[in-house]
Amino acid sequence: MQTAHALEHKGMPSGAEQFLTFRLHGQDYGITILKIQEIKGWDQVTPIPNSPAYVKGVLNLRGVIVPVIDLRLRFGLPEAERDVFTVIIVANVNGRLAGIVVDAVSDVVNIGAGQLCDVPAYEGQENREFIKGLAQVDGKLLVLLDVDRMVNPDSLDKSAAAAAVAAAR
Amino acid sequence: MAIDMRQFHQTFFEESLEGLAGMETELLRLEKAAANNGHDTVAADPEILNTIFRAAHSIKGGSSTFGFEEVAAFAHVLESRLDALRDGRSRPDRRVINLLLLSVDCLRSLIISARTGKETDKNVIDGVRSQLESLESESRASVAPMMATSQTQTSATAHWHIVFRPHRRLFHTGNDPLRILRELSVLGEIKVQTDLADLPAWAQMDPEECYLAWNIELIGPVSREAIAEVFSWVVDDCTLEITAQPVQSLAPRSITEAVAFMDAHAGTLRVSVPKVDALINTVGELVITQTMLSQLTTNFSFDNLSRLFAGIAQLERNTRELQESVMHIRMLPLSFAFNRLPRLVHDMSQKLEKKVELVIHGEQTEIDKTVIDRLIDPLLHLVRNSLDHGIERPAERVAAGKSETGHIELKACQKGGNVVIEIRDDGRGLAYDRILTKAVERGLLPASAKPSPGEIVEMIFMPGFSTAEAVSDISGRGMGMDVVRNNIRSLGGGVEVSTQKGHGTCFTMRLPLTLAIVDGLSVQVGVHTYILPLVSIVESVRINPEQISRPAGSAELYGLRQEYMPLLRLYELFHVEPRSTDLAQGLLVIVEADGKKAGLYVDDLLGQQQVVIKSLATHYRKVEGISAATILGDGTVAMILDMTGLIRLAHAGGGRAAIPTGAASMTTAVTPTFN
Repeated sequence: MQTAHALEHKGMPSGAEQFLTFRLHGQDYGITILKIQEIKGWDQVTPIPNSPAYVKGVLNLRGVIVPVIDLRLRFGLPEAERDVFTVIIVANVNGRLAGIVVDAVSDVVNIGAGQLCDVPAYEGQENREFIKGLAQVDGKLLVLLDVDRMVNPDSLDKSAAAAAVAAAR
Repeated sequence: MAIDMRQFHQTFFEESLEGLAGMETELLRLEKAAANNGHDTVAADPEILNTIFRAAHSIKGGSSTFGFEEVAAFAHVLESRLDALRDGRSRPDRRVINLLLLSVDCLRSLIISARTGKETDKNVIDGVRSQLESLESESRASVAPMMATSQTQTSATAHWHIVFRPHRRLFHTGNDPLRILRELSVLGEIKVQTDLADLPAWAQMDPEECYLAWNIELIGPVSREAIAEVFSWVVDDCTLEITAQPVQSLAPRSITEAVAFMDAHAGTLRVSVPKVDALINTVGELVITQTMLSQLTTNFSFDNLSRLFAGIAQLERNTRELQESVMHIRMLPLSFAFNRLPRLVHDMSQKLEKKVELVIHGEQTEIDKTVIDRLIDPLLHLVRNSLDHGIERPAERVAAGKSETGHIELKACQKGGNVVIEIRDDGRGLAYDRILTKAVERGLLPASAKPSPGEIVEMIFMPGFSTAEAVSDISGRGMGMDVVRNNIRSLGGGVEVSTQKGHGTCFTMRLPLTLAIVDGLSVQVGVHTYILPLVSIVESVRINPEQISRPAGSAELYGLRQEYMPLLRLYELFHVEPRSTDLAQGLLVIVEADGKKAGLYVDDLLGQQQVVIKSLATHYRKVEGISAATILGDGTVAMILDMTGLIRLAHAGGGRAAIPTGAASMTTAVTPTFN
């Protein structure tokens, strides 16, 4: 386990923001590093009865009960086997903690305003609400996520329909 | 001053409120003394008066220091009134004591308004103040004229010129001129000029001697005596001149902005020093144990195995002690709740024209702060009830062969993990027939019902039940006992009543020591462990399949000793995979919530243990059927079940609505895959 602050600081151009990048179902995603408290390996969670399927359960994080969200299920992707690369990113959004399960963390990158591009309209607009922007890093596409929306208790509390959709997948 | 005074406000508020509570207690003692005397007036114990005076004085000082001018002005009037009592210039009689009690209320509301920024009722406060002032002029008229002249200067704002010229030896007597100046500044606005004329050259200066003198201008509503009192410690070590200046048109007072609104939730806790010391001791021991263990493990050989085991045992003991000491920090004596009662009894008995004596035992019993905060309202309500409904009027009591004065006894003690509070009165007892009539009238009981005495007594806890003939402002608003019971239940406790006609009623409240820890029974459903709070468990039984009936549709009822209760399958409510769906394979835990029983089907009982309550809502949200989470010995999280919520969940259709896909029948209930 290492904290975000301990991650290596790279020479940072002014106006740039640092993002933690991770892989999920073959795609790279990024979350602003300021919202991340720590990264820990996959650990057993206790399921919460009658909660949406993407809420895997709760975790004992040094005495604090933290909900854990499986981002694959959140995005409607098939669930993956847990392996040594599976990690839980613990996000801190306005004092509320939430764990996010991803396939693997990759790197911390600096993204300047010039590297950002618009999100094009795409079919279905599925999960569009979680996407903050797109960025080009080393010729590859990085999807920047809005962590506030992902762990927002209101969106965790989504209607039964959303839960059912998630459960059906 | 560069220091931000706001940081002290919270302390000031708390101290002032405590001081006011103290004043109230002492005033009531004074009144009791007056009543026992049989006379209206009493030669007051000077110690009591001094205590009251000191509290008023420090509130006045504090409030003007922190710029709460309204509080200071009121406290000043009160203080000069108390001063007259203390000097023996006037004697405390009933009327005066009642007025003083009212003033305590006014001060309290002023302080609360300074704290929250809410407006107070100016009329009430001004009314009390003018009454205080008129009392003062009365007493002034009755004392010697010489005294009166000196007193006239009290209320009017005066301008004093003070020359304070300490003798060289001042420091040798341990006095600090700065303290005196500070105290003067409490009395009013001061301008200080330091007289450096006597200051010798650097080389000749003796650091232990005082070369300074001060010219002080003091503007404020103070008497000469009050100023002289400030100097009373140094009067032999200085030359002091206090001269009144002609009152000029005063310069506008520097209005220190009363700082609004402190966060009411940022509550602080006062902890006694021994508790903190105990905590530090325990932590010290823990550190020693830790050092020992790490030394053992750096060069570990199997020869040391027994020492390692001993060390771990010690660590366990230290941890338990640490837990206990930490829990103790949150514990407060019940007197925090009980202190409000004497005043309540005093005011109410006057209003109702009853004679009542309140006796309190065991107010030192300690209980969690959160419990105390939520206990106060039910407690006030029960005492109010005893006074209003229980205790009879003096004539009625005498006719019944009882003493004129009624008694209300409050007893608190600790029994195991619970605190038991008894409220016992020697009044008329509960009137069964009246309760019964009322219950029938309210439609709570059919007219033909023949309930047992115990059942009748239970009726008073029904919502909307109140037998008071007239709705008074004291009790009988119909929100009574059911609210009391619910409040106590929400704290994990219970309230019972016993009564004897003509001899009185006794309410017994049972409360858990702390809300942070709960006694629980861990149960197993499939691979999951849940905690059932012990208070909600009645018993657990092995299921006899013959006792199960399905009167309508799929709802199952279980019959136990002529009593039928709904059978709830926990795996069904929570959509998890059980070890077995065959009822004969598992166990039925009979639980009770809100007076209703239910049978909860689980795979197995694991054992009884104390668990620390951890909120689930802090980082997630409230979940129906679950009150909180806890951390088990192996570090994993377990859910603590909420019986009321579970029963509600069962009524809502077993929570099946949440996941409609394929959940039409219970056997195919969706079980999310967990790894």
